Amino acid sequence: MAVEATDKQVVNEILDEAGAPVVVFDRVKLAFDEKVVLRDISFTLLKGHTKIILGASGSGKSTILKIITGLLRADEGVVWVNGSRVDQLSELEMMAVRADLGMIFQEGALFDSLTVRENVGYKLYEESDMPIEQVHRRVEEVLGWIGMTEYIDRMPSALSGGQRRRVAIARAMAFKPRILLYDEATTGLDPITATTVDEEIIKLRDLEHVSSIVVTHQLRDAFYVATHMAVRGPAGQVEIVPAPPEKAREAEFIMVRDGVIVFEGDANALRRSTDPYITTFLE
Amino acid sequence: MLPFIENRLKQAALEVQEYVRLVTASIHAIFTRPRYTYDIVQQFDTIGVGSLTVVILTGFFTGAALCSQSGLTLDQFGARPIVGRLVSASMIKELGPVLTALMLTGRIGSGIAAELGSMVVTDQINALRALGTDPIRKLVVPRVLAGVLMAPVLTVISDFVGIVGGWIVARFQLQVASGVYWSSVTYALYPEDLWMGLIKPFVLGFAIVTIACHVGLRTSGGTQGVGTSTTISVVAGSVAVIAVDFFVTQVLIALLY
Repeated sequence: MAVEATDKQVVNEILDEAGAPVVVFDRVKLAFDEKVVLRDISFTLLKGHTKIILGASGSGKSTILKIITGLLRADEGVVWVNGSRVDQLSELEMMAVRADLGMIFQEGALFDSLTVRENVGYKLYEESDMPIEQVHRRVEEVLGWIGMTEYIDRMPSALSGGQRRRVAIARAMAFKPRILLYDEATTGLDPITATTVDEEIIKLRDLEHVSSIVVTHQLRDAFYVATHMAVRGPAGQVEIVPAPPEKAREAEFIMVRDGVIVFEGDANALRRSTDPYITTFLE
Repeated sequence: MLPFIENRLKQAALEVQEYVRLVTASIHAIFTRPRYTYDIVQQFDTIGVGSLTVVILTGFFTGAALCSQSGLTLDQFGARPIVGRLVSASMIKELGPVLTALMLTGRIGSGIAAELGSMVVTDQINALRALGTDPIRKLVVPRVLAGVLMAPVLTVISDFVGIVGGWIVARFQLQVASGVYWSSVTYALYPEDLWMGLIKPFVLGFAIVTIACHVGLRTSGGTQGVGTSTTISVVAGSVAVIAVDFFVTQVLIALLY
């Protein structure tokens, strides 16, 4: 028991350091019956950095996020999340790992029988001992942060697609996780609404220091997230500005094709790639 | 042909395995924490109070029709005055539990499968898990508890209303005096019959809700899949009610009589 506690302490100390590996995939494989979804996936997400996973529909991008959250279990390989080997954990043990993981699902996956307030505060209301008044304050704070305060008592069915995604982001960030996973957060949105969602992703990464994995096939949004950063202006207001090269390098692209990583590198390297599949994808 | 049969058998075995797994996990979750009290109370209201009207109407008309039919048969033996005995025994031992369970299958079995199925296809179940909530505890346990505990209550109400329906027919159509009818009703009631009528709905309620939850949580294929799950839930639930009723009856006869 004492050894276990010491190990945990060492892991936490390592994770507290800048650039610590918060998500590690090592030779992960997964198949559903005859269909191989992931053949051999290895990558590392560093603390405070962003991984942008690109790929065509059905290439296995969303599956990677589901493995990280323990919604699916890899057939082979090792998966580390915040110092825990999630490929070996039971559903009950995964609950502790999920306490530090937020996930934004395709279409938002808001609970349609709950209001925006109840959705955003769900984890705090249901799964924490936080006093109710404090939960209300946190929900209002988070909704204020994404500019959705006036929708607090609405039902999800009364929101537009973009508003639902933003509420989903608010729900995922309400309990202050250190890792956020975005599964096609901007798919199906018009460019202007998609940009507001992109800006939330950038703000969370740069102002709240959240490590993030963004799964998308929307190139415009992927490059926007990778090449911009959030800063506080002189009056304390948040501004989204182009990121300097060293900051832009913190956002790494991964291109997945048929369950295999065919490219890994920053935005400039992706643009310069001569791989026929990547150039076709980027056109 | 052989691979087709093999696939079907494998599929059936998988369904049984998943159903047993769900039932085991639900039973474990009932007796351990955390519990979602608000959801439990809400399901008692939805399943119990919400099903009252349909159960009362079914019970009333079944009791009334049963009395009419039994009156005709008993007339052949000049035994019309004991019609209450037949109505009460039939309602309490068999028709009350089975018809209430069938009504519950139609009303709540379909509702549960559709609700959980929609949650599956819109990723709400995955969202629940990602937020640290066990869907079995949050969604299945409240429904199982409400189904198991409300089915007997609804059955007792259905039995009573059915006997009242029988009384109205006996009094005004068959011209049997009220006193004769009611004394006949109570005369036929043995403790074994009451136990039979009370134990059955616990088992039937459990079967209906667990089948509906299992089918709902195994939904795939978008909105079409939700429709399919709803149909399967009602069909499988109804067949299960009839089959489980037969086996429980055999067990209870062996144990009680």
